[in-house]
Amino acid sequence: MEKISFTLNGKEVEVTEPDRPLIYALRNDCNVKSVRYGCGLEQCGCCVVLINGSKQYACTLPTHAVANKSVETVEGLSTSEEIHPIQQAFLDEQAGQCGYCLSGMIMATKGLLARNSKPTRAEIVDALDNHLCRCGAHSRIIRAVQRASDLMS
Amino acid sequence: MSEPKLPPSLAANPLLSRWIAFLPDKTARIASGKVEIGQGIVTALRQIAAEELDLDLQKVTLASGDTEIGPDENYTTSSLSIMASGAAIRAIASEARSLLMERAALRLNCSPEDLKVSNGAFLQNGEATDIDYWDVASEIDWQRNATASKAPKASNTYKIVGKNIPRDDLPKKVNGGGFIHDRSETGMLHARMLRQPSPSAQLSFLDQDAIKRAAAGEIQIIQKRNFIAFVAEEEWLVEKAARAASNHVTWTGTSNIPRGAADARKLPGKAAVEHFYGDPEPISPTIGKSLRVSVTRPYVAHASIGPSVALARWKDSKLDIWSHGQGMHPLRRNLALALNIDEASIHARHSDGPGCYGHNGADDAALDAAIIALEIPNTWIRMQWQREEEFAFEPVGPAMQVDIEAVLDANGNPIDWKTDIWSPVHVQRPGAAGVVMLGAQSLGAVAPGGDPADPPPERGYGGPRNAFPAYKVGQTHIHHHLIREPAVRTSALRGLGALPNVCAIERMMDLAALEAGKDPVEYRLSLLNDDRARSVLQRTSELCDWSKRGTSGTGKGLGIAYSRYKNIAAMAGVAVAVTVEEEIRLEQIWAVADAGLAINPDGILNQLEGGCVQGASWALKEEVKIEGAGIISTDWDSYPILRFSEIPEINVELISRPDDVSLGVGECTVGPTAAAIMNAVAHALGEPILDMPLTRERVMASILKN
Repeated sequence: MEKISFTLNGKEVEVTEPDRPLIYALRNDCNVKSVRYGCGLEQCGCCVVLINGSKQYACTLPTHAVANKSVETVEGLSTSEEIHPIQQAFLDEQAGQCGYCLSGMIMATKGLLARNSKPTRAEIVDALDNHLCRCGAHSRIIRAVQRASDLMS
Repeated sequence: MSEPKLPPSLAANPLLSRWIAFLPDKTARIASGKVEIGQGIVTALRQIAAEELDLDLQKVTLASGDTEIGPDENYTTSSLSIMASGAAIRAIASEARSLLMERAALRLNCSPEDLKVSNGAFLQNGEATDIDYWDVASEIDWQRNATASKAPKASNTYKIVGKNIPRDDLPKKVNGGGFIHDRSETGMLHARMLRQPSPSAQLSFLDQDAIKRAAAGEIQIIQKRNFIAFVAEEEWLVEKAARAASNHVTWTGTSNIPRGAADARKLPGKAAVEHFYGDPEPISPTIGKSLRVSVTRPYVAHASIGPSVALARWKDSKLDIWSHGQGMHPLRRNLALALNIDEASIHARHSDGPGCYGHNGADDAALDAAIIALEIPNTWIRMQWQREEEFAFEPVGPAMQVDIEAVLDANGNPIDWKTDIWSPVHVQRPGAAGVVMLGAQSLGAVAPGGDPADPPPERGYGGPRNAFPAYKVGQTHIHHHLIREPAVRTSALRGLGALPNVCAIERMMDLAALEAGKDPVEYRLSLLNDDRARSVLQRTSELCDWSKRGTSGTGKGLGIAYSRYKNIAAMAGVAVAVTVEEEIRLEQIWAVADAGLAINPDGILNQLEGGCVQGASWALKEEVKIEGAGIISTDWDSYPILRFSEIPEINVELISRPDDVSLGVGECTVGPTAAAIMNAVAHALGEPILDMPLTRERVMASILKN
């Protein structure tokens, strides 16, 4: 087993790695539970995290692939004083029903707004199209991304 | 004077202490057997209690789905939580407030009429006193039966009910927590299953060494008859074991279902239990025009976005369970039965799970975890299903065929209406009719057999749910062919038989309107007596600019549908605009509902909209594929659902009726949305497509045929 170091939400971490997909290291060793197991097949988007700022599926990505890189998850967004505007926007729009898909969508939103601070509806749809929502909260989620864009500008 | 009638949930759990407690931290804890399944029920029930108790919402907590604290309210189903638990909690809170007032009046030596309550503190003739609820609560014997004798508040005085209170549970869910999946216990072991491929399959050989080599680490293999599980401290090891296991096992007697055998069009003619509802069989009408419609939908899945999870621990002869099932009291009964242990030794608690739309894998996962916990005592076991397992082994919604023959009089009005419904059973919850859970089946339990049983008419039927039209259709005859053997395990899925029945009725309405030479909306309105129903349909038609609807067969379509869920819950009208080229594109959905008194209007809008999307997804895309051992559509590629790029603009409106009783909304838009899509596609093409899902292949076949 090798030791792998990476930056998790701004902090250096090290995991002893039996060559797992990243999701297991994050959930079980780093206590980062926002990274949700949905399918293990890169088909639903529940496990999406940002690696050096770009979207990746933690359910298939080997942990060693993030060695010395920066991993961002939902846990890194808000501080104890201040809620992150993306999360605020999702709450403002009550954009969710069961909420299980939201972590991945919130991280996808962060990635999108970092490269395009004023996305159109079509651009938002495009950025979220590989994320599944089974409860039918799509319209609210799109509105939440638009609101987040407004809050952050 | 007769006793006031208790709400049914209260009649079943009359002790006040089962419902309400005033805690030392100056909060009031309400309890409910109904659980959060993504519908926002916890928030809405707190609103009802806070309103009646004159407490700020922050002072009211809700204990939901805990067998040691709360009432047994069976399952969280059928759009009944507000109607059942809400009614009980309103009555309890109202009674509690009255008891507390009487007690405070004794202390203050005044009349209860002199007292008012402000956030739990008593005011005497408008002046502050030094006592509050919590000072007098301990002087009241809560171990008494509810009487429901106190009139609840008038709705025009409501301050909390009717407000768009944000959901309690969402903040933690957007911040990395809140799900059963996130529970972690000291020393917890992870577990995965290797499932018996079909009920008849028997384990012939399990190569444990090969599986352990594949896991490449320390795992335990639990094998009892056909129950096989992998357990380890490191989750990845059991995941690897489970992924590899199917290559290292041999089963005998596995089902071998031929391709196409599970098609909905093959249901007629299969062995069935025959049920007849409504008017006696018609005397063959000799006058009038006869119209026919035949609609099918395939087996469809809950397809929850996350896999089922459960935690279990057997310690000191007590079984602790965490589950995201729809009812913890029934789960406790079912586990006791399956494990042959005393019900009192089981403590079952609900923890939120991914979206739940009926009887999914949650209960089975709980039994899986419990079976392992009994083998490895004193240790928390965390069972997580695999994605493929969720798709292949959750109970699915049954395939259905619905045929309607309507006879119209000379004016084009229906005088005779005959419906034939072919459907396997819609509810096979464990415990009911001897159904056994998956784990129990693997251990050799055999269901005692007997006829399959849908919910009875007083609980809204199963296959015939919503088969009786809301419209005046004359003599009505419903023939339910309850198919004895489903192709795979079926059970409750959002709306039960409502979706295909509403589709068939609403298709017939369009056909009959055409025959009568009337506009489809005008025609429906002429057959609707109920003013509220008419308002819903009229408003729906206004929203979608129905009067500007174009001619048929242009590739652009507008369809409309109306239904009242179970004919007693919320009323919903839905209109859908589509463009049909090679495939169907949803352009816009408009939905209008009347839900009586709205506890949390925004929560209702969220539910209505979610129902539209799920109904559209079932109508356009979804089909459980069955072949060989059972379900072969076991990922999101083989079981596609509606995606962001396929979501149209959705406008949802709620008609406010604060003086009318609350009506459940969870399922009301699902059927009308599918029906409106079917009608819109028929309008666009000039020809209907009556077999769901309305896929590209079916659109192309329809275009080529015409």
